[in-house]
Amino acid sequence: MSELIIDGVWKEYGDQIVLENVSLTVASRAFVALVGPSGCGKSTFLRMLLGQERATKGTILIDGEPLPSEPGPDRGVVFQRYSVFPHLTVLGNVLLGKELTASKYKAKLFGAARRAAIEEARQLVAEVGLSGAEEKYPAQLSGGMQQRLALAQALIMKPKVLLLDEPFGALDPGIRAEIHTLMKRLWHETQMTVLMVTHDMREAFTLATRVVAFERPRDRPEEKQRYGATITRDISIWPPRRAGELSLSSPDRDGPVVLQGPRRDDPSSSPSGDR
Amino acid sequence: MRWINTRPSRGAQLALMLLPFLLLIAAYATGSAARLAENANDKLLPSLTGFADAINRLAFLPDARTGDYLLWSDTAASLIRLFAGLGISTVTALLIGMIIGMLPYLRALLAPFVTVISMVPPLALLPILFIVMGLGEASKIALIVIGVAPTMVRDLALKAQELPREQIVKAETLGGSSWQIALRVVLPQILPRLITCVRLQLGPAWLFLIAAEAISSDSGLGYRIFLVRRYLSMDIIFPYVVWITLLAVLTNFVLDQIRIAIFPWSELEKQG
Repeated sequence: MSELIIDGVWKEYGDQIVLENVSLTVASRAFVALVGPSGCGKSTFLRMLLGQERATKGTILIDGEPLPSEPGPDRGVVFQRYSVFPHLTVLGNVLLGKELTASKYKAKLFGAARRAAIEEARQLVAEVGLSGAEEKYPAQLSGGMQQRLALAQALIMKPKVLLLDEPFGALDPGIRAEIHTLMKRLWHETQMTVLMVTHDMREAFTLATRVVAFERPRDRPEEKQRYGATITRDISIWPPRRAGELSLSSPDRDGPVVLQGPRRDDPSSSPSGDR
Repeated sequence: MRWINTRPSRGAQLALMLLPFLLLIAAYATGSAARLAENANDKLLPSLTGFADAINRLAFLPDARTGDYLLWSDTAASLIRLFAGLGISTVTALLIGMIIGMLPYLRALLAPFVTVISMVPPLALLPILFIVMGLGEASKIALIVIGVAPTMVRDLALKAQELPREQIVKAETLGGSSWQIALRVVLPQILPRLITCVRLQLGPAWLFLIAAEAISSDSGLGYRIFLVRRYLSMDIIFPYVVWITLLAVLTNFVLDQIRIAIFPWSELEKQG
C-alpha cells in the first residue's frame, strides 16, 4: 500500500514560480506518467517527491504520513544519467542497498549474510537480464544495460514508490521497446507505485495507467516569471490497466511479458561489439 | 593527409621518444669535449668518464670520513623526508578534502581558510619553521606538508563536490547515512584522484625538500648538491640531478600503476 496525496503544492525559486497549485492523488500501485514541455517543472515535481527539494507551500503525504524531508529507502529512483556507481561492479551496485541497510558502520557484509545478499542480488540481476555481466563495471555496459542495472539497484530496496526521471530518454527506440517490456513486467510483479517523467508520449501511453500533463497556462514571456506550471490534463488509460492483472480485452497489450534470448543493448551480443 | 591524422608506428614512436634524450646527451658530450680540448682541467662540463668516476666514488666506495656510501645514505635521508611529508599531506588532504566536499557546514567553515593558507608562499615560512621547530627533520617535513597539502586539500574537495548529485541522492534512497555514503560512495571514487594528486605534487615536494636541505642539513641529496657546489664539482652535481629526476619519474610511474591495479574502473572511465 503506498498512496501519494499531493495537495496544493507550490514551488518557487526566489521570485520565479515553477509550479503552482499542484494537487494529485496517486492510488497505490498506479503507474503515472508525467508529461509536458521542457522546463515546465516535471522533474522539479519528481525531486520534491524524492525529498531532494522541498515544496514552498502545500503538503505531500505518503500513506497518510507527511513526506520525509530527505531521500530515503521508501522511495527508489532512476535518473537519466549517473544512477549507477562507476566504481562498483554490476553485482556490487545491486548489493550496495543491502549492505547499507544491514551494516551500519562498515557498510559491508561478511560471511553468511553476504552470501545471502549476493544470492538475492544475483536474482535481481538476472531479472533485469544482466546475468553474465555481474563482474563488469558500468563503463563496460551500454546505456540500456546501465539503466536496467539502475532499476535492479533500486528494486532491491523494495521501495513503496519508484520515481523515474526520463530513465529511457537517451536510449534508441529498439532498446527502449525492450526495456518497456521489462518495466511493465517489474511493475506487475512488485508492489510499487511508479511515477515516471517522460518526453515520449508513446512511452507514456504504453506503460502508464494514468497520464498527467504539466503545462504553463500563461506562457507569454512577461508572464513566465510569475506564473508557474500546473496540471492541465489528467487522462486515465482505457480500458484500465491494473498491476498484476491481465487486460481482458487485449491480453498481449498489457499482460506480463516473458522475454527470451539475448538483449539488443548488450554490446557483447553483437558481432561487432560496438557500443 | 592532414597532419592531425598522421600517426607514428610502434617503432617510430619509440625512436621519437628516445630522440630528445639522445640529442641532449650528444649535445652535452660535444660541448664537454670541446671545453676539455681547450683546458684539460675544466670543471664546468666534465666528461662522461668523469661522471662514471664520481658515481663510482659516491655509490660504491665508502666515504673516507664517515664510512658511509654517500649516494645511498643521501638518498635514504631524502626519501624518508619526502615520503613522510607526502604521507602526512595525503592523509590530511583526504580527511579535510572529503569533509569540505561533502558537508556544507564544514565547507563554509574551512574552504575559505584553506584557500587563503594555500596562497602563503611556503618558502617564506621556512625561517619560521627553522626557528620554531629547530633545524632537524621536523622542520623539513613540515615545509613539504605546508607546501603541498593545501593544494591537495582543495583538489580533493573539488573532486568530491564534482560527484554527480544524482549519485548521492541514489545512495540516500538505498538507505545510506552520511558516514556510509562517505565510506562507500565518495571515498572510493576520490582515492584514484588522490593518487593522481600525489603524482602532480611530486615536483613541488622535491622542490621544498631540496630547498630545506640546501639551507640546513647534514645529509640528503639536496644537501650534497649544495655542499659540493663550493668546489665546482659538476661531476657530482649532474649525476645527483639525474638521480633525483629518475627517482621522481619512477615514483610517478609506480603510483599510476598502483592506481590502475587497485582501481581498474578508473581507467575504464577514462577510456569511456
